[in-house]
Amino acid sequence: MSDAALIASLRAGDEAAFGELVDRYHASLVRIARLYVSSQAVAEEVAQETWLGVLNGLDRFEERSSLKTWLFRILANIAKTRGVREGRTVPFSSVAGDDDDPHSVDPDRFIPADAERAPRHWAIPPAVWSTEPDERLLAGEVRELIFRTIDGLPPNQRATIVLRDVEGWDSEDVRNELAVGETNQRVLLHRARSKVREALEDYFKEDG
Amino acid sequence: MNAALPEMPCQELVEVITDYLEGALPERDRVRFEEHLAVCGKCQEYVAQFERTIAAVGVVKEQDLDPEVRADLMEAFRGWSGSSTS
Repeated sequence: MSDAALIASLRAGDEAAFGELVDRYHASLVRIARLYVSSQAVAEEVAQETWLGVLNGLDRFEERSSLKTWLFRILANIAKTRGVREGRTVPFSSVAGDDDDPHSVDPDRFIPADAERAPRHWAIPPAVWSTEPDERLLAGEVRELIFRTIDGLPPNQRATIVLRDVEGWDSEDVRNELAVGETNQRVLLHRARSKVREALEDYFKEDG
Repeated sequence: MNAALPEMPCQELVEVITDYLEGALPERDRVRFEEHLAVCGKCQEYVAQFERTIAAVGVVKEQDLDPEVRADLMEAFRGWSGSSTS
């Protein structure tokens, strides 16, 4: 169903259309709310408040923006207000990883830069796991590891990988949402991905 | 041939994979990236892991919406459509 048709159905009081919208977006709303607030429970509340905001704003909604954009704008406003009230500041726009290890891979895993032979090449190469079958990579235990690792990232890296790689937003939408420049966004995304890769390597290395 | 370009060492390659994937590497570095990757099995493994990581992160298991939450939202919708129909 197109946005315009969906909006028309909602305005006409079509319950099934609202149900469809909720089923399609609720999980994403909770995940994104979680970027701004301190707990899963509060994120859940923010998502519910967002739906109420959608209903309240429906009559005024103009189809200049997409329904999805509008939805996430309402969410971001509610979530940011909640985050501020919680005394939580989310340093999305701070310089990539001030507080953080700038290396994608531990420098000790490479031959020193001043070595005569093969400087800065692998000394301890990556443990091979890229050929693991999907069933292993998508198993519950590995999924938990991935999301635990993402949860533990600095907020700006976590926000970037959640929006880009979990939610599948393009870089322009993420730039607008997080107010980080193009280059900075790539740095944040790369750090986040590198850490998740490292966690997977550790897991598969131990697991054989 | 690009014999004049200095080789991209492994330690540099691992830092620029996202730039490469996003098409943001300068042409010269893109060539260095691809030339190194063509001959380095360890970096091939690393890049393959990186790509599988991105794919795995993108597979989200949607948890089912709590039926109570869903019922509350539908209730709110009925209240809204009841009050706004004129």
